[in-house]
Amino acid sequence: MIGGLFIYNHKGEVLISRVYRDDIGRNAVDAFRVNVIHARQQVRSPVTNIARTSFFHVKRSNIWLAAVTKQNVNAAMVFEFLYKMCDVMTAYFGKISEENIKNNFVLIYELLDEILDFGYPQNSETGALKTFITQTGIKSQSKEEQSQITSQVTGQIGWRREGIKYRRNELFLDVLESVNLLMSPQGQVLSAHVSGRVVMKSYLSGMPECKFGMNDKIVIDKQGKGGATDEAGKSGGGGGKQSIAIDDCTFHQCVRLSKFDAERSISFIPPDGECELMRYRTTKDIILPFRVIPLVREVGRTKLEVKVVIKSNFKPSLLAQKIEVRIPTPLNTSGVQVICMKGKAKYKASENAIVWKIKRMAGMKESQISAEIELLPTNDKKKWARPPISMNFEVPFAPSGLKVRYLKVFEPKLNYSDHDVIKWVRYIGRSGIYETRC
Amino acid sequence: MTDSKYFTTNKKGEIFELKAELNNEKKEKRKEAVKKVIAAMTVGKDVSSLFPDVVNCMQTDNLELKKLVYLYLMNYAKSQPDMAIMAVNSFVKDCEDPNPLIRALAVRTMGCIRVDKITEYLCEPLRKCLKDEDPYVRKTAAVCVAKLHDINAQMVEDQGFLDSLRDLIADSNPMVVANAVAALSEISESHPNSNLLDLNPQNINKLLTALNECTEWGQIFILDCLSNYNPKDEREAQSICERVTPRLSHANSAVVLSAVKVLMKFLELLPKESDYYNTLLKKLSPPLVTLLSGEPEVQYVALRNINLIVQKRPEILKQEIKVFFVKYNDPIYVKLEKLDIMIRLASQANIAQVLAELKEYATEVDVDFVRKAVRAIGRCAIKVEQSAERCVSTLLDLIQTKVNYVVQEAIVVIRDIFRKYPNKYESIIATLCENLDSLDEPDARAAMIWIVGEYAERIDNADELLESFLEGFHDESTQVQLTLLTAIVKLFLKKPSETQELVQQVLSLATQDSDNPDLRDRGYIYWRLLSTDPVTAKEVVLSEKPLISEETDLIEPTLLDELICHIGSLASVYHKPPNAFVEGSHGIHRKHLPIQHGSIDTGESPVSTGPAAPIEPAQSVIPSQGDLLGDLLNLDLGPPVNVPQVSSMQMGAVDLLGGGLDSLLGGDLGGGVGGSPAVGQNFIPSSVPNTFAPSPTPAALSSGLNDLFELSTGMAVTTGGYVAPKTVWLPAVKAKGLEISGTFSRRQGQMYMDMTFTNKALQHMTDFAIQFNKNSFGVIPTTPLPIHTPLMPSQSIDVSLPLNTIGPVMKMDPLNNLQVTSNVHRMVPWSVLGKSRRADLQRPISQSHTVSGKLQNDNIYTIAKRNVEGQDMLYQSLKLTNGIWILAELRIQPGNPNYTLSLKCRAPEVSQYVYQVYDSVLKN
Repeated sequence: MIGGLFIYNHKGEVLISRVYRDDIGRNAVDAFRVNVIHARQQVRSPVTNIARTSFFHVKRSNIWLAAVTKQNVNAAMVFEFLYKMCDVMTAYFGKISEENIKNNFVLIYELLDEILDFGYPQNSETGALKTFITQTGIKSQSKEEQSQITSQVTGQIGWRREGIKYRRNELFLDVLESVNLLMSPQGQVLSAHVSGRVVMKSYLSGMPECKFGMNDKIVIDKQGKGGATDEAGKSGGGGGKQSIAIDDCTFHQCVRLSKFDAERSISFIPPDGECELMRYRTTKDIILPFRVIPLVREVGRTKLEVKVVIKSNFKPSLLAQKIEVRIPTPLNTSGVQVICMKGKAKYKASENAIVWKIKRMAGMKESQISAEIELLPTNDKKKWARPPISMNFEVPFAPSGLKVRYLKVFEPKLNYSDHDVIKWVRYIGRSGIYETRC
Repeated sequence: MTDSKYFTTNKKGEIFELKAELNNEKKEKRKEAVKKVIAAMTVGKDVSSLFPDVVNCMQTDNLELKKLVYLYLMNYAKSQPDMAIMAVNSFVKDCEDPNPLIRALAVRTMGCIRVDKITEYLCEPLRKCLKDEDPYVRKTAAVCVAKLHDINAQMVEDQGFLDSLRDLIADSNPMVVANAVAALSEISESHPNSNLLDLNPQNINKLLTALNECTEWGQIFILDCLSNYNPKDEREAQSICERVTPRLSHANSAVVLSAVKVLMKFLELLPKESDYYNTLLKKLSPPLVTLLSGEPEVQYVALRNINLIVQKRPEILKQEIKVFFVKYNDPIYVKLEKLDIMIRLASQANIAQVLAELKEYATEVDVDFVRKAVRAIGRCAIKVEQSAERCVSTLLDLIQTKVNYVVQEAIVVIRDIFRKYPNKYESIIATLCENLDSLDEPDARAAMIWIVGEYAERIDNADELLESFLEGFHDESTQVQLTLLTAIVKLFLKKPSETQELVQQVLSLATQDSDNPDLRDRGYIYWRLLSTDPVTAKEVVLSEKPLISEETDLIEPTLLDELICHIGSLASVYHKPPNAFVEGSHGIHRKHLPIQHGSIDTGESPVSTGPAAPIEPAQSVIPSQGDLLGDLLNLDLGPPVNVPQVSSMQMGAVDLLGGGLDSLLGGDLGGGVGGSPAVGQNFIPSSVPNTFAPSPTPAALSSGLNDLFELSTGMAVTTGGYVAPKTVWLPAVKAKGLEISGTFSRRQGQMYMDMTFTNKALQHMTDFAIQFNKNSFGVIPTTPLPIHTPLMPSQSIDVSLPLNTIGPVMKMDPLNNLQVTSNVHRMVPWSVLGKSRRADLQRPISQSHTVSGKLQNDNIYTIAKRNVEGQDMLYQSLKLTNGIWILAELRIQPGNPNYTLSLKCRAPEVSQYVYQVYDSVLKN
């Protein structure tokens, strides 16, 4: 198991050092600094073995978090734990920076004592932790409160406490998708997938039992066969595909996985406030919101002509926002002249790219940029690698075609029903890695 | 809020000042001071001298201060054991506190203080806490048992904590269960044979129930523990799998990987043709792909594991190659791993896409990545024959870029392509030669020289090219020198007239001016070879070479199986068994894949590791890790008439000096066995009996039955080797009441078939005769069946029939088929062996010398023995009556009943039977 956990600043100075196991000594702290942080070459692996001691590290801005062990630990778990640690710290004091860590070092030690015992991760849900570890010192708790805390930390529903009350029961669902694309210069899709998340913000009283439904192909097909009436089918209307094929999905720990496995229904008691209910991935029938058509021509050894056309491919009534096209330029670029039909374009020498920004663009439109790039003559034999043209955007629909069909809330003990809950749904599609080779 | 100020104090009398502050009357001041101490401790300053003062602050109601003091104690108690005792009272008191958080804190901290005296006081509070009413305290106490065990294992056993811990597996709280499982798993790792966890179906059921309810981390502990369980049959395996599969949808990648581990292990137990088996395979693929959309570090861990999974069960991900395409912004470690998997998944169906990708990668920035991409193109060419031409032209394009490291890498892989497809792409040699000057890496130079030497007859200026390398001969690396020597000798044999001077030059450089023993030896070998008999030299040096295998870099199957048992862990990231990087007792216990039961009757070898696994036979693996056996037996793979390359026969080189070449080669060729001459002649005693055949049934026969004519029923096995017990060859129902059971044995070098004839019919039987059909070993009886009296009803008679192997040989299918007719008709497993396979067998614990003694009785001779990492490696040879040689490597671990057997032989069919022989001989 994890033998120790260290946090360093960018210089390699230790900010936090917590040792859990006897086989990890102080010299481990220095070994990581010398061999990884101060290493001459770029780090080639997130796992480093130095003198039979293994170091797992992640970096957040310029802070290094390193977990150390001498045993054959579960590597995936160690990384998941480090991510979780980052989440917990962010939830407590915001951005992970040297200053914040120094300001909260007592708190961090307290957290580390709680969420790792002898190197075994324990309950690390911020909701639960915040009930008894606070920045403002510990309030004296009544006996009931104490046992409530412990039963929550160890209990089946460790993510929610009893007795939550809201005057207005409300919930927000965000379907956030990032669409990834790799396209060949000829316009052939080399790979495309959508990785989506359903984020739920709930302000519900009591211990509400929720059921979430979407236009999952497997469920829809099953219902179609069984002839069951589709109670919430109307909300899924409005054009587009009836159902989508989900390659795979993962759920927040509040979702009953065995029930999903058996019936493919998503039921849960949500944590209070915000949580990421599910993640999913689709690869079939993706709506690619933009098409990028590049044309690069080398005119002699000192000039490049670039023309890029972007086409929006969705309903004309919708508007895409924050569009940015990044066209890489060779390292020996001496000057660039750009003409674009829409938006603003600029050559950024420090980033070796032409950045073309458009604030808004409706569906089924087309826009174009052309640029002339002057090159300095070099005797470097190696050809320019031609990195792909990348694109960023945000669209108000889900490129996977996913639709929320219903989210039902049941709370038998309290006197509010599903109809009293105010529900909001929003779809946002963003670009992930959206690249076209040129 | 701003605690950072505590880091900045750096005055001279710091310690002194802190001491004063720690003893301040005001609570707040004291807390401040302790914070300063902790900050100093973090930075690495020695503040141990403040020990008594800090401990004084322990008696407080302020939980925050208390936690800080505890933190200090954990760090320094070991260096101040006497003073640490001062804290005991406070701990014991806290363990009685009404607040469960404080009780847990006390027991948690106490377990981290590694001072003997304190641990003594820990026992009582711990016992109470293990039975505490609050689950939070119980889950903390469970981990504390593991802590205590790490300090004083004996005490934990004496105090009965292990039983309490086992009781917690049935606890009502899932987190308590999970922590108890984690603690027990850790403790049992240091006692591999104790069966501490006592995994039985009831307990497994409890774990599976807790699995649905506990935290993500708890799920990982439970799944990791489940993976060590061996279900008793396929039904149990399937029901566990059904309850584990929902975990594949968990958001935590470690839960997913641990679930994959359980499923991969239990798949071994499921019948291959069942529907469930195939559904399960299908279910495994999406979660693995999803892991690749996680953070890069987790992607890395996932990819390293996928690399193993793809080797073990390629069918799972064969459709998913696209997800392994490299993204421009992937970290380099992710890129390199993806590339590896792409090559493994490359097939005729997707090769066009893969090649297009690889070509892109070859223009990237990172040098290592580009090199690997170029190498990958070469490997595709070798793997998918249809693509070879396209690969070669892609490589040529890359050579045209003139980027130095790309060119060098390309030339290295082109050499391998030439070796795989000889006489096909020689037209590109001219292009290669253009780049001769830019090669500065030994690998690339050696590759180029090899190409020139190999195709010297087609390159007009081959002599000039090679001569140009000769100029700086002594500055070259050994690899280049050796290749150059060989290349020039090849050139000389192809164009003797023009190159005599050149060859003399290189021979004198290699033999007289060099200190490198390898180089000198090889030089001398060539020299004598050329001066003694140029014709033979030509035959030897220019002989046809075996083609190189398709898949390289495969992990050795036994290691792969072991790593599959470690999916998700560090071992799977390093691709090394845990004992390669873990010190001490942990991880020494090797894990094995479960073995499917009940396959013996189906004729499948009962000892092969994973009957369900489509593992490539090991012979296609280029042995990687100093596998002596592999080295020895490389010789074996050559065509029977020629010893593949003289250069690889360094063991026999000494004998060559006095013109011994002829006798060495001649002798061996005469034997008709092209393999391992050095080994055979040096080590095998000349008295190896000719008629050796090590089968439990027909041939492994050297028992102590002394008198041929004595019809003894109770055979006294006094001196000889192992004789298999008689088995029923012919059941009475099939032969009108005659039952024949028998076995084979050997006494005084003579092979016998021992049979018992029993008359189960109502009439007496007469006129016995026996006839052997043609069989693989030419076995015939030397005398007629010595039964002269009629066989009365329910009487039985024992007969020993001497056998000979001079009869006509005919290859039977299966090889072990011996058909004997008369009143007798039957099949016998007839032992012959296979090319190279491995098997893990169960063996009663015994020392390696007793093993080799035992085997020697059965004419399996130990040639060499060495000890690697605590394992005894025995190298053994045996020969079958029909002249098939078998070499075996037996790996034995003292104290472990499992052993591993690897075989090499030119007749692959026989291996299965040899495994059976070893198994039955060693178990006997």
